[in-house]
Amino acid sequence: MRYRSIMAVLATSTFLFAASQVRAADLEVTHWWTSGGEAAAAKVLASSYDKLGGDKWVDGAIAGSGSTARPIIVSRILGGNPMGATQLNTGRDAEDLVKAGLMTDLTELATKEGWADFIRPSKLLDACKYEGKIYCVPVNIHSWQWMWINPNAFKQAGAAVPTNWQEFVAAAPKLKEKGIIPLATGDAWQIDGVFRVMLANLGGKDLYLKILDQKSTEAAGGPETKAIWQAFADARELADPGYVGRQWNEATSLVLTGKAAGQIMGDWAQGEFGVAGKVAGTDYDCLPGLGVHPALDTGGDAFYFPKNANPEITKAQLKLASMLVSKETQVAFNLAKGSLPIRGDIDMQAANECMKKGIKILTDSNNVLPSYEQAFSSDTQGQIEDLTTEFFADKTMTVEDAQARYVEIIGEAK
Amino acid sequence: MSRRPFAPLRNLNAKIAAVPMIVTVLVVFVGCTLWTVLYSFTSSRSLPTLDFVGFDQYTRLFRTSRWTVSLKNLAIFGLLSLAFSLIIGFILAALMDQKIRFENTFRTIFLYPHALSFIVTGLVWQWILTPAYGVQKVVRDLGFETFSFPILTDGRFTIYAIVIAGLWQGTGLVMALMLAGLRNIDDEIWKAARVDGIPAWKTYLFIIIPMMRPVFITTLVIISAAIVKVYDLVVALTNGGPGISSEVPAKYVYDLMFSRGNLGQGLAASTIMLTTVLIILVPWALLEFRPRYRKGKIPK
Repeated sequence: MRYRSIMAVLATSTFLFAASQVRAADLEVTHWWTSGGEAAAAKVLASSYDKLGGDKWVDGAIAGSGSTARPIIVSRILGGNPMGATQLNTGRDAEDLVKAGLMTDLTELATKEGWADFIRPSKLLDACKYEGKIYCVPVNIHSWQWMWINPNAFKQAGAAVPTNWQEFVAAAPKLKEKGIIPLATGDAWQIDGVFRVMLANLGGKDLYLKILDQKSTEAAGGPETKAIWQAFADARELADPGYVGRQWNEATSLVLTGKAAGQIMGDWAQGEFGVAGKVAGTDYDCLPGLGVHPALDTGGDAFYFPKNANPEITKAQLKLASMLVSKETQVAFNLAKGSLPIRGDIDMQAANECMKKGIKILTDSNNVLPSYEQAFSSDTQGQIEDLTTEFFADKTMTVEDAQARYVEIIGEAK
Repeated sequence: MSRRPFAPLRNLNAKIAAVPMIVTVLVVFVGCTLWTVLYSFTSSRSLPTLDFVGFDQYTRLFRTSRWTVSLKNLAIFGLLSLAFSLIIGFILAALMDQKIRFENTFRTIFLYPHALSFIVTGLVWQWILTPAYGVQKVVRDLGFETFSFPILTDGRFTIYAIVIAGLWQGTGLVMALMLAGLRNIDDEIWKAARVDGIPAWKTYLFIIIPMMRPVFITTLVIISAAIVKVYDLVVALTNGGPGISSEVPAKYVYDLMFSRGNLGQGLAASTIMLTTVLIILVPWALLEFRPRYRKGKIPK
């Protein structure tokens, strides 16, 4: 009896092993796209990959934001248990892993398909390069500099629908009277985002570059920056007290349902509007660059393919890489995600009003900004975040105090 | 005549058995503590480097308002938690000791919160205290339209919300410890006190509590350790907000070391935490554990 059951177990395990060998390849893909719109976008990728036949997308979503998922992903790769492919942010997330030779080299595929010819802005692909070789696939462009508004909320309050930040501030008292939250926001990084958008769009590109690239304390202490802090002080009067601990998609849903009038949030918020079946231009509207200086930073997501001993998996990886940059995938995926495509040569007729505005802004390379992540170390970013959230929560803190400390941080930044 | 065994070889088995623990203590606790202090004087960012910068990290630390707010919060949280959990815990235990019915049930109810993780406690209290659907909404729905209870949204009060949640979780344990102490008191003492006509509260205050000194010390150590390392409760309840109003030192250390890649700064902060604890602990330990020759006891 005992002998037979042991044999049965052994037989089953052999069978299972054999079964997994027969299948072309199960490609485990990890990512942290878990909000409504993000999950829908991940599903687009999964189903189009499965349709290619043979290999299969095994979804490895990691709940929580990038800060939760990134250490998990990196430690799995370092620990010798690599997934088939993984999402990370464009930039320096995987720099150390690439240097350690843990990523599959995609150069051959990229040259064959001519990625360098159609990926724009070209610095997206540069972020994937290390010693001239390509190790990742950028899949979308995300930028912070958007404001989402609900026109119906303004109509309900009897205010004109704003076309820029100043008009938005002017309409706020009427919104408050009707019990509508003028500006929906949430926990620390969202508040910090509001400030970074104001710096870029109310301050303009010159000021933004002086502070980010040259770390100029003169610019940070000047009257232009003071005006930004002033605007930020206006913003703290427009948020409701319940913002503490609110998730970004909860804040978006306040705008979506008309409980709040606007939100300053990156274009990933648009995915939430899409999932709710809202139409850009009628149900919601967008003010890229706060309607003042239209300029966008170009962060985003990229896929990395950790090296794997199994050649079947490597083949499946290259197939996924090729699919990710293909025209069809780019259109379908970015429509679901609310982000902008990485190709300049595709027909975005299907794109909604807001995406078209974004694409138009990006066609002029003067409107492309570096992101915080490229300019500041995470330490400096953290210091700025502490300062902006403290200022936002403590209404007794003056603009002068805040600016003085800001100058100090910029001065120490490396 | 048997020779006296060579001293280090006496009780050899016991000594060998203790070696792993001694090594652990030396390497993990003492070794890592020294490493921490050493690297707090360097400019280490994501990876440790031995580039010494003197007291720079400490200067920056005490110029950072988030850190000073953290220290202030820890002091408020520590004093209030310590005082209230001892007082409430003792009163609960004294009440339980009156030979009441359903004592087991009550004990379970009071001790239950301690079985929850701080994360759960934090979330539960966040729901209870959030204005949109917690206490404030309930009272307003009862008809008090202007009632306002902004304990989680007004930065001046958030640390007290953390104190409340911490007490809810921790008092049960204090009660259990105190109850065990009370049960150890000989009934004869109560009888004697009754014969002398001493009221119950006086008996507690002047006879029972001094007799329970060891229990109080154990409790004190347990609570103090929990206070200094408070982190998860804050993360779950307020995440340090609004602004930086409910930050605590442990969170500063974690953030700087792991998400902001500034080891030097994080280590400087943890060195300060260690120093603070030592300043409080060392004089007390010297006082408490000093050999007591005078009472006629011979130390072993």
